[in-house]
Amino acid sequence: MKKWLHICFLLIFISCSSGSDQQEEYIPIPVSLEVPILFQQKLIAPLIPADNPLTEEGIALGKKLFFDTILSKDNTQSCATCHNPENSFTDTDQFSDGIDGIRGTRNSMPLFNLVWNFDERFTWDGKEFSLEKQAFEPVSNPIEMHSNWIDVEKKLQNHPEYPSLFQLAFKTVAIDSALVVKAIAQFERTLISANSKFDKYLLGQVELTDNELNGFNVFMDETKGDCFHCHGSNNNPLWTDNKFHNNGLDATFTDLGLGGVTGDTNDNGKFRSPSLRNLAFTAPYMHDGRFLTIDEVINHYSEGLQNSETIDPLMKKIDQGGVNLTSQDKADLKAFLLSLSDYDFINNPKFQQ
Amino acid sequence: MKKLITLFLGLSIAFTSCSSDSDVAPKETTININFTHNWEEDSVTKDDFNNIKFTNEHGEELSIERLRYLVSNIYLTHTSGSSYKVEDYLLVDVNDEETLSYTTNTLLPNGTYNFSFRFGFSDENNIDGEYPDLNIASFEVPMIMGGGYHYMQFDGKFIDMNDTTVGFNYHAIRAVDNTDPDNLILKDTSFSVTLGEVIVKDNSATINVKMNIAEWFKNPNEWDLNVLNQMLMPNYEAQLLMNANGKSVFSL
Repeated sequence: MKKWLHICFLLIFISCSSGSDQQEEYIPIPVSLEVPILFQQKLIAPLIPADNPLTEEGIALGKKLFFDTILSKDNTQSCATCHNPENSFTDTDQFSDGIDGIRGTRNSMPLFNLVWNFDERFTWDGKEFSLEKQAFEPVSNPIEMHSNWIDVEKKLQNHPEYPSLFQLAFKTVAIDSALVVKAIAQFERTLISANSKFDKYLLGQVELTDNELNGFNVFMDETKGDCFHCHGSNNNPLWTDNKFHNNGLDATFTDLGLGGVTGDTNDNGKFRSPSLRNLAFTAPYMHDGRFLTIDEVINHYSEGLQNSETIDPLMKKIDQGGVNLTSQDKADLKAFLLSLSDYDFINNPKFQQ
Repeated sequence: MKKLITLFLGLSIAFTSCSSDSDVAPKETTININFTHNWEEDSVTKDDFNNIKFTNEHGEELSIERLRYLVSNIYLTHTSGSSYKVEDYLLVDVNDEETLSYTTNTLLPNGTYNFSFRFGFSDENNIDGEYPDLNIASFEVPMIMGGGYHYMQFDGKFIDMNDTTVGFNYHAIRAVDNTDPDNLILKDTSFSVTLGEVIVKDNSATINVKMNIAEWFKNPNEWDLNVLNQMLMPNYEAQLLMNANGKSVFSL
């Protein structure tokens, strides 16, 4: 009997010791993305890298960093300066200016639904192969934040809050650039837009106007807009294929786009298809922000195509400048495109500073 | 009793031995399928894309810029008549090398098989919006053209009769006559492809599927790109021609 009592005490002791150890080990709280029902129905599960899982603390830290001007050399610009929530995380400038007032050569891209870019090629020319790598670049870019990572790491390390926030997110107070971009990428992966009028229409919650419906048909008709081959559809509600195309903007190129990254002349003039969601908030349009309005964009595809060696063969009737839509079809196409605007997304308190 | 036990043991050994020799028992088998492409005698890879270097039967010089196609109902059928499904469907994209080789492990016995698949989806499987990976790949067909999915997206450029370089979009889908948008006339133009004998030995098999791209323009219908080049999806007759020409493009 005594022998059994000893064993019982020993088991209780081991059990208590084990519980105590578990309490001491801190683990950030894992987060599963809330995938909208429409995306659950139509799309593959989101892509989250194994080496940067989402956590509550990581996302919160990433959000704070995203809106913090501490990342720039003179503490005047944050990621949100050029990626403003009210503009669907882009800005209204043709070219954004950096801390020294120098403007770039590309229009700032909006940010949403990034976890469904399965090729993980970001930016207009696809030069960044992950969100983490993309977030790494602007900090030291001389025409953007014009800082350097050593200074940024020091500023964050000496900050009254950040070391403890990194401890919570990554279990270390040693701040380095890799962890900074991991946190920012975590926040960016939560930016999901899926509640436009057209989304609600697909879910049977609202009706479209006749103009919007006709505009959708123009979009989907190979003999009219033929937009769906590159810009998604009711079955691909990302409204982009995330691929690279020369959409006939120029006969000769001042910006090589993908070709500048791959070095392949066959890629010259190709840029990543942007999503057509949230166009109401993201003007101006195209990689160089040349079009101020959606009407200008539609006119380009209708009668403004410029031929070149790398123009995508999906561009039709180039000798006539394009597919020559009627005025009514143009107006309806615009109405449909605007139905892809997600006001809940730009007003989502989770995404505000 | 001893005799019975001896008989039982003897039969057991004989049964085991026969099973092993005839290889009728399904075993974990590795199946490799490689998709290769050629223009008549010349191999075609993505490195050959974007250059006007091919000439079709009708005489048009052309380039290839994009070539994606779907094969479904991929089966190995044993000489005994037993069929083994290898995969429901595969999207082959010549621009994406990862899609050109496919490996799976499945339970089947060694032996001689017939390899077959369907080009595109049959109507039974051509369900609008059903396949998330194909949705992401923007491979769908709009409902105003019957919905479902492309069978093939083959894009390129050719030199037309005016000596101008223009695009073509040889897109194969379920044929649709949308003259009356409220009453679409649809015809399943996917087709089965039986490629012949495949030997599964030592629990593995490698199957090399070849597509002769030139055949799309050649047999039995000589294709004139000056006439049929773009906006072919809603062209019912063009889809029938593609269906006929496609039947000779694949081989082992």
